[in-house]
Amino acid sequence: MIERYLEQVSTYAGDIDGLINLIAWFVGVWFLVAEFVFFYLIFKFRHREGHKGEYITGEEKHQKRFITIPHFLVLVCDIFIIIGAVRVWVDVKQTLPPADATVRIIGQQWAWSFVHPGPDGELDTADDIKTVESLNTEVGKVYHFQLESRDVLHDFSVPVFRLKQDAIPGRIISGWWKATKTGEWDIQCAEICGIGHGVMRARIKVQSAAEHASWMHENSPVASIASAN
Amino acid sequence: MAETIDVGTHAGDDHGHDHHHEETFWSKYVFSTDHKMIGMQYMFTGMFMALIGGFFAYAFRMQLAFPGMDVPFWGIVTPAEYNALITNHGAIMIFWVAMPVLIAAFGNFLIPLMIGCDDMVFPKLNRLSYQIFLLSAVVLLASFVVENGGFGGAWTSYPPLSAKHEYSLTPLGSSLWITAVALEFVAFLIGGINFVTTAMNSRAPGMKLYDIPMVVWMIVVASILFMASVGPLIAGAIMLFMDQNLGTHFFDPNAGGDPILWQHLFWFFGHPEVYVVLLPATGITAEVMCVFARKKLFAYRTVLYTTFGTGVLSFTVWAHHQFIAGIDPRMAHVFTITTLLISIPIAEMMFVYIATLYGGDIRLKTPMLWALAFIAEFLIGGVTGIFLGASGADIYFHDTYFVLAHFHYTFFPIAIIGVYAGVTFWYPKMFGKMMNDTLGKIHFWGTIIPFNCIFIPLFVLGAAGQHRRIHDFTQYPELAQYQDVRVFATVSLVIMLLFQFVFIYNFFMSLRKGKDAGPNPWNSTTLEWTTESPPGHGNWKELPTVYRGPYEYQVPGRDKDFWPQNEPN
Ligand code: HEM
Ligand SMILES: [Cu+2]
Ligand SMILES: [Cu+2]
Repeated sequence: MIERYLEQVSTYAGDIDGLINLIAWFVGVWFLVAEFVFFYLIFKFRHREGHKGEYITGEEKHQKRFITIPHFLVLVCDIFIIIGAVRVWVDVKQTLPPADATVRIIGQQWAWSFVHPGPDGELDTADDIKTVESLNTEVGKVYHFQLESRDVLHDFSVPVFRLKQDAIPGRIISGWWKATKTGEWDIQCAEICGIGHGVMRARIKVQSAAEHASWMHENSPVASIASAN
Repeated sequence: MAETIDVGTHAGDDHGHDHHHEETFWSKYVFSTDHKMIGMQYMFTGMFMALIGGFFAYAFRMQLAFPGMDVPFWGIVTPAEYNALITNHGAIMIFWVAMPVLIAAFGNFLIPLMIGCDDMVFPKLNRLSYQIFLLSAVVLLASFVVENGGFGGAWTSYPPLSAKHEYSLTPLGSSLWITAVALEFVAFLIGGINFVTTAMNSRAPGMKLYDIPMVVWMIVVASILFMASVGPLIAGAIMLFMDQNLGTHFFDPNAGGDPILWQHLFWFFGHPEVYVVLLPATGITAEVMCVFARKKLFAYRTVLYTTFGTGVLSFTVWAHHQFIAGIDPRMAHVFTITTLLISIPIAEMMFVYIATLYGGDIRLKTPMLWALAFIAEFLIGGVTGIFLGASGADIYFHDTYFVLAHFHYTFFPIAIIGVYAGVTFWYPKMFGKMMNDTLGKIHFWGTIIPFNCIFIPLFVLGAAGQHRRIHDFTQYPELAQYQDVRVFATVSLVIMLLFQFVFIYNFFMSLRKGKDAGPNPWNSTTLEWTTESPPGHGNWKELPTVYRGPYEYQVPGRDKDFWPQNEPN
């Protein structure tokens, strides 16, 4: 469903879309059956002159079957959905694969700023690259992020990755992604954060290894030293 | 005829009807302790607030469709105004429309009439509850017009945004807003006490627990849910107010507080709250369906148990609103399981309602159209909730327009469709006149069709990754392309709002020109239809006795197709 509207750009985007499709099938079938039966009954038992309705208590066992059987089947569907949801969740949010690089993402009223590790691959060193409203990453690498907020709640959301995570002042929240193709996409703030919430947007750039390396060297405050090493 | 006030039933009355001897305008309409009048007061206040909430939806939807343009009757919608509009639209619709009309108005009007007693157990407390509610509405309205404007931190008012004036930029608006919400909670806490005690203690002789009409049961369960869930939030509201104005730091992480604490307090209330308003609407649907399908409610006891089951489970799901809020990721599994489990009693309830139609003799009058629409539309709200309850899928859908469309598909059936079902059904009892059925049907289709045209497109926008609470989406390169979808939704809204005037016209025109309803125009079996329309003070000349369950239609071997609860064999 979702992939019709938005590209899948992270490794787990397909898993999340798969789960969404699974749920869509389960609930879609139930929905259509319920609505069909519903409208059919309205039509079939509409008022006609000289026709008398039936007296049905619904308390007897053979009548209750019409409720208990579907009800049991709903439970079975629920179990499949729970299994699917747990599997996706564990991969996306709970167990982080080892990182190739780590970036820091900071939300504040009303802009995103980003700290990239720079050519040495480490955060909090002299060659860190700080940007505002644009996050530069490399395709095919596992990125960890450390999400922070300076003031209120914000939410770091990259729809093409299917990634979303609240930023909470006072905490550092970790997560990960691995992008599968190069390009440039929207980052939105998904948690209302005050008057400028609507303009708190940024772009994520996923670059090829060569492009990304040259971006790093051009932008690192100590690029010359780093490349000399 | 309606004015026959029988003092006889109140002889030795210790309920505090202190003034039914000379009924002045003030004692009859303003300071009344009569449950029916208090119900009306809640109803009219709620409908007035619905107009404001609807107007806000119009203003911000116009901004979304035509960003930056002058909105007729409003002007330019600035980002600050946009936030205040959505915040108060949501808060008004839930706290000042759904709650007062569904619980307080119908609860007050129906409970004594349907269980066969003359008034609530505590009539003065009842009046106090309305007065506090009215005060809360006034405080809320005041919050829009103070300096710097109304509160704009969303109806969930997450701190630190809501807790610190330097973040929210609405020092007065946010304090008035949280005060209004707290007052409103207090009002309903007081009202709920009355509903539960009255339904449990004042039933007519012969009325056993299984003879209580479903809507009364559901309002009682809803009141209990409300009373059991609201405590933490009242505490939270006081803490928030203190953080705003007295320098405390309950939710301030820089001083040892925790913003997530609020989310737990809020949603421990907020999720049961959905069922608090859902149950009365579901109950109304049951009453209307039985009458117009001329059918006994299928498996009454099953419906009752699923109601209890839903109520209990509703306390176990709150953190599904917090999957991505930075709580421990392992918690998501627990709340995914509880959330999906709650689909079971709700699905069962819907199956029972559908089964009730089987073998019926269905008459499609206006109230029945609304009741059926409730089921047809609520099913959409129900099934789309599964996507959000499944943690893995919620990572994507959280805070998108998919959520927005989902909860409007539950809230709109509840607060609009359910209310219209109830009002058109009990109107003859409330006012002694029939509403015009043709106008009723025009209003029905003029509401239902545009309603779907508003919200189905919003599911699409949500699937495309459009987030909530953003005042101009055209600035996002990937979302700009969907502008015509937003225009379509907005035009549908305007059409729907215009059709509401058909209802208002019908409502007032029928008061003057409607034909007399008589006591029981729908040939219904429950007790409220056994007294005159509208019922006088004290409800009955002689209180009824109950001989059977509430839905005895088409009982074999009887010539009439209905068998009222109070009719001896
Ligand atoms: C008249 C038809 C309605 C329309 C067109 C409408 C439309 C909307 C829209 C577009 C938003 C989101 C705005 C944004 O996120 O930027 C919204 C928010 C909301 N609506 Fe409605 N709505 C309607 C009726 C209702 C009803 C009947 C209820 C509940 C009883 C309701 C409850 C809410 C709530 C709780 C919010 C969330 C507010 C927030 O984010 O703080 N709405 N509505
Ligand atoms: Cu933000
Ligand atoms: Cu934001």
